[in-house]
Amino acid sequence: MDISTTKAPPPTEPADARPPADDRRKSNSATRPGDRVFLGLSRGSGIVLLTIMGAIAAFLTYRTVLALSDNSGNFFTTFEWDTAATPPKFGIPVLVFGTVVSSIIALVIAVPIAVAIALFISHYAPRKLSGPIAYVIDLLAAVPSIVYGLWGALVVAPHLVGLYSWLDDYLGWTGIFEYSGGAPRSLMTVGILLAIMILPIITNVSREVFLQSPKMHEEAALALGATRWEVIRMSVLPFGRSGVISASMLGLGRALGETIAVATVLSPSFLINASLLDPGGGTFAQNIASKFNEADEFGRDALIASGLVLFVITLLVNGAARLIIARRKEYSGANA
Amino acid sequence: MAKRIDVSGLTAYYGSHKAIEDISMTVEPRSVTAFIGPSGCGKSTFLRTLNRMHEVTPSGRVEGKVLLDGEDLYGSGVDPVNVRRTVGMVFQRPNPFPTMSIFDNVAAGLRLNGSYKKNELNDIVEKSLKGANLWNEVKDRLNKPGSGLSGGQQQRLCIARAIAVEPQVLLMDEPCSALDPISTLAIEDLIGELKERFTIVIVTHNMQQAARVSDRTAFFNLAAIGQPGKLIEIDETERIFSNPSVQATEDYISGRFG
Ligand SMILES: Nc1ncnc2c1ncn2[C@@H]1O[C@H](COP(=O)(O)OP(=O)(O)O)[C@@H](O)[C@H]1O
Ligand SMILES: [Mg+2]
Repeated sequence: MDISTTKAPPPTEPADARPPADDRRKSNSATRPGDRVFLGLSRGSGIVLLTIMGAIAAFLTYRTVLALSDNSGNFFTTFEWDTAATPPKFGIPVLVFGTVVSSIIALVIAVPIAVAIALFISHYAPRKLSGPIAYVIDLLAAVPSIVYGLWGALVVAPHLVGLYSWLDDYLGWTGIFEYSGGAPRSLMTVGILLAIMILPIITNVSREVFLQSPKMHEEAALALGATRWEVIRMSVLPFGRSGVISASMLGLGRALGETIAVATVLSPSFLINASLLDPGGGTFAQNIASKFNEADEFGRDALIASGLVLFVITLLVNGAARLIIARRKEYSGANA
Repeated sequence: MAKRIDVSGLTAYYGSHKAIEDISMTVEPRSVTAFIGPSGCGKSTFLRTLNRMHEVTPSGRVEGKVLLDGEDLYGSGVDPVNVRRTVGMVFQRPNPFPTMSIFDNVAAGLRLNGSYKKNELNDIVEKSLKGANLWNEVKDRLNKPGSGLSGGQQQRLCIARAIAVEPQVLLMDEPCSALDPISTLAIEDLIGELKERFTIVIVTHNMQQAARVSDRTAFFNLAAIGQPGKLIEIDETERIFSNPSVQATEDYISGRFG
C-alpha cells in the first residue's frame, strides 16, 4: 500500500513525460560519460519499475474482469459478499463505506493531535524534553500492526464502553452515535485504533516540516510583537501547511490499507450501519484478509477486484492531496 | 511618537560567550543613529537587545538597562511582546511572510494588536505603503503574494509592515546589504523621511551610507576575535567622519583597519 501511496502514477503518464527529458538531453550537447551512465541507470530502473507496475495492473485488471463477468449481483450496489453461491453475488458498497469512514475518523482524531505534538516538540518543549518525546513517538511507529490489533481488541475496546454509552446519551439522537451495548468492535473503535497507528507518521513528518520553518519569518513575526502562538500561526503553520497535508496523506494511505489490526478488532458484517458505535461493516483490506484463505479461485478473483477498487481510491486520495498543495503553490514557503 | 533611548552598562551573552560588554549611549528621538564597526563586533547583537530580540536566541542573556523615555525595557514585569510592539525592526534579508499577500503583510502587525474595521485597515495599509514609498508600485496587486516583489520592494514592504503599527523606534540591521544600488538609494531616501516620525537606529557596514543617512554615528570595535565588542565612541556623524576623538575610529574609517 505504501508504494501505491507515494508512487503509482497511471502507467501511461511517465511515458508521456519522457520526450521532454529527451529534449533536455539533446540541448546539452556535450554529455560526459558519467552523465550518460547515470542517465542509462535511472532510465533503466524507471523502465523496470513501470514494467512491474504495468504487470501488476494488468494482472489485477484481468482477474477483476474474470470475477465481474460472473457476478450475478451489481458490484457497486450489492450489499452482500457470497462468492461461493451459485450464481455468485458480491458488491463493495459496505467496504467503501467502512474503509472511508474508519479512515476519516482516524484522520479527524489523529491530525490535530499529531500537529499539536509536532508543534510542542518543535517550538515549545525544551531541548531536553523534545528528544525523548520524539524518540517515544518513533517507537510507536515500530510497533507491529498485529500488536495494535490485539491491544485494540483486548484493552482499548472494553474501555470504550463507557465513552460510547456517554456519546449515546448525549448524541444518540443524531443516529450516528447510537450505541446498543455489547462489545464495541465497531467502525468507531477501528477508527480510534487507526488514529493511534497513524499518529507517529503524521507527527514525525509534521515535526520535520515545522523544524524547517525559516527562522527569518519567525523573527519577522516576533519583531512585530507576536506571542509564541501568534508566531506559529503567522509563520510556522502556513509554512508547514503542505507538509502537514502530505503527512496526513501518508497516514491516510496507511489507514486505508491497514489490514490485520482492523481484522482483529472489527466484528464484521455486510451491512451499512448508520451508527458508527455498533459492531458491523467492513473494510477492503480486512475483508480480503479474512476471506482470502477459505476462498476458491473465483472467490479470490472477486477479492482481487475489491483490491483494485482500494487501489483506485488511494490514487484518487493522492491526486486530491496534490491538487490541494498545488493550488496554493504561489503562496508556499518554497518561493520565499 | 518617537522616544529617546538611554542605554547603560549593557552586556549581552550567548551562553558563556560575552558578545558585547558594558555599552552605554543615548539615542535622540527623531534622529538617525548609525552603528558601524568591523563584522563580529556585536552591532547586530546590541541592536537586538534594544527590542528584546536577543533573548529569543537560545542561551541569549542580557545585563544592564535600556530606558525608553525613562522606562526600563528589562524591568521586572515588562512583557517582551509589548516591547517589540513599541520598538519595530527591519532585518538584513527582506522577510515578508511568503504565505501572505502584500496587503496582509502590512496588516499583520495591526491584526496582532487588535481588531480594526475593514476601511480603517485599508487606510492604514495605504498610508504605511505610501510611507514606505511602495504604494505606487503595488497598489494594483495588493492581493498578490509579497514574495513576488523584487528584493528592494520586499525590503520596503517590510518597512511598511514595521511602521504600520506606529512604533516609537525603528531598528534596522543592514537593511540594504542584500539590495542593488538603486534600491539602496530608495531606502536611504526613505530613512530620511521616516526620521521625522521615528527614532531610527541603523546598522550598516557601508560607511558612505552611515555618512549619508545618519545624524549620529557610533563606532564599535573588539580587541581581538573572541573578545567582547565595545562601544568606542558615539558622536555627531560629521565629527566622527572628519575628526574623531579616538585613533581606532579614524583608522577604521580611513581603511587602515581590517
Ligand atoms: N546566535 C548566536 N550564537 C552564538 N554566538 C553568536 C550568535 N550570533 C552572534 N554571535 C557572536 O556574537 C558576536 C557578535 O556578533 P554580531 O552581533 O552578529 O556582530 P556584527 O553584527 O557586528 O557582525 C560574534 O562573535 C558572533 O560570533
Ligand atoms: Mg550583523
